[in-house]
Amino acid sequence: MPGTEFSPSIASRPVYAGLVAQGAMPAIMLADAEGAGALIDLAARDPAVMERAHVIFIPAGTPHGARLRALGARIYHESPSYAACLERFRKALADAHMGTTLYLAGTEGLIGQATAEALAAGLPAGAIQSEHRGSIARRMQCVHCKGITEGVTTDPFTCSHCGLTLFVRDHYSRRLGAFQGVCVDAETPGVLPPVQEIRP
Amino acid sequence: MTARMLRVAEVTPLSPLVTRFRFECPEGGTLPLFSGGAHVVVEMPDGATLRRNAYSLISDPLDGSGYEIAVRREDAGRGGSRFMHTHVAVGDLLRVGAPVNLFALDLRAKKHVLIAGGIGITPFLAQLRQLTRLQMPFELHYCARSRAEAAGLSLLPDLPQVHAHISDEGDRLDIGAVLAGQPLGTHVYTCGPEGLIEAVAGTATRLNWPKAALHSEAFLSPPPGAAFKVTLARSGITITVGPHQSLLEAMEEAQVDAPWLCRGGACGQCETAVLSCKGRIEHHDHWLSDAEKAAQQKIMPCVSRFQGEDLTLDR
Repeated sequence: MPGTEFSPSIASRPVYAGLVAQGAMPAIMLADAEGAGALIDLAARDPAVMERAHVIFIPAGTPHGARLRALGARIYHESPSYAACLERFRKALADAHMGTTLYLAGTEGLIGQATAEALAAGLPAGAIQSEHRGSIARRMQCVHCKGITEGVTTDPFTCSHCGLTLFVRDHYSRRLGAFQGVCVDAETPGVLPPVQEIRP
Repeated sequence: MTARMLRVAEVTPLSPLVTRFRFECPEGGTLPLFSGGAHVVVEMPDGATLRRNAYSLISDPLDGSGYEIAVRREDAGRGGSRFMHTHVAVGDLLRVGAPVNLFALDLRAKKHVLIAGGIGITPFLAQLRQLTRLQMPFELHYCARSRAEAAGLSLLPDLPQVHAHISDEGDRLDIGAVLAGQPLGTHVYTCGPEGLIEAVAGTATRLNWPKAALHSEAFLSPPPGAAFKVTLARSGITITVGPHQSLLEAMEEAQVDAPWLCRGGACGQCETAVLSCKGRIEHHDHWLSDAEKAAQQKIMPCVSRFQGEDLTLDR
């Protein structure tokens, strides 16, 4: 299964070019759920990428852990959530040297947050690769109360912090790794457009 | 281009081949401040020829009381550095352009690794002051053939991050050892001979460094060559470029107003459209891409030359 194709949008909307193997160089790999498939495909194209790889996988209810572990990465670790593996990820970045590649695969929320973390740690943008797989649910920031709602799949949606009904925009914050949600009925309170599933 | 007449305040030999010149305002005012890596273009009235050479500023970027440059005498060169060494004395007035920086530090970096070969130490002397003031992590590697030739040694601060590699004493820079194991966010800057710049870029690429973390500056002087004719369509004249003259200098001599900034093939300011070309352009710049060079539709008059029947430029 190849990476998700998103419809063309504004320049702010992130695009995910897909993973390209850099050979047996130092690597940090972080994936959630169906993102495992992107790492398995990467290793099938070039098994050497696993020789010096530190793999962190968030299964999120998927059964892909055993296949990932079998790829023979130098370090393999499973974690129940991004929050739970954040300190491990930060330590891996702090110990890393120039020449390390970060491979990210899975949902937009994971890719966005991990990219922001890696850039803040000094990893150059050119050393970060990403491939979107699985759910197209979005991590949304309410521009009014600043609260983050994870896993948004409908437009509009209800802010899980302040309760406003928010329009799902493609306007994206690289600092937060989140899309921006804007009140949909500010001018005409209570007049709401029909709720739709968001599409890629 | 804002240039002003500055007075030569000090002339200090640093080594048999390298001399430091200090310029100050004749009226005693302060000069515009700059950033580490900036250069100025010095104008030298050498008889009938007006020479313009670019030199990196080596003084403190936040000290406006004067500008200092270090000039290496190139006896096989076109005469600019020889003029500085033999004709310029304390008290002389020379026209000096405003500072321009094509080799600035990337201040997003977490650490800076500076690699200098020979006279390529000059931009780093100003950057060292900037880095020290900003308290940013750095290391400097200065390569020279012999201690006598290493003019930068007396100007470098006595710090543990400053390393001299003197090849005559058997200490050659191990680029791989310097680049391996650098922390995330390190940027590397190289200034010196083309071979050193290529070696650092090659090693960095082999170690998987992204291109955005690599910086280099190789100021070229216009190479000599056979004389050639050029037609300037807008000016309606045909000029001859002499063997030791650049196309840009020939245009200036003919009173044609041509843009320029670095005069060393790096900045792109003098890029000129080629209207017709029967022959081969000898591209010497670092500005045009390989594809643009092959297409022969653009030329950088500050360093590039021509061989063939006809070259017509949109100038």
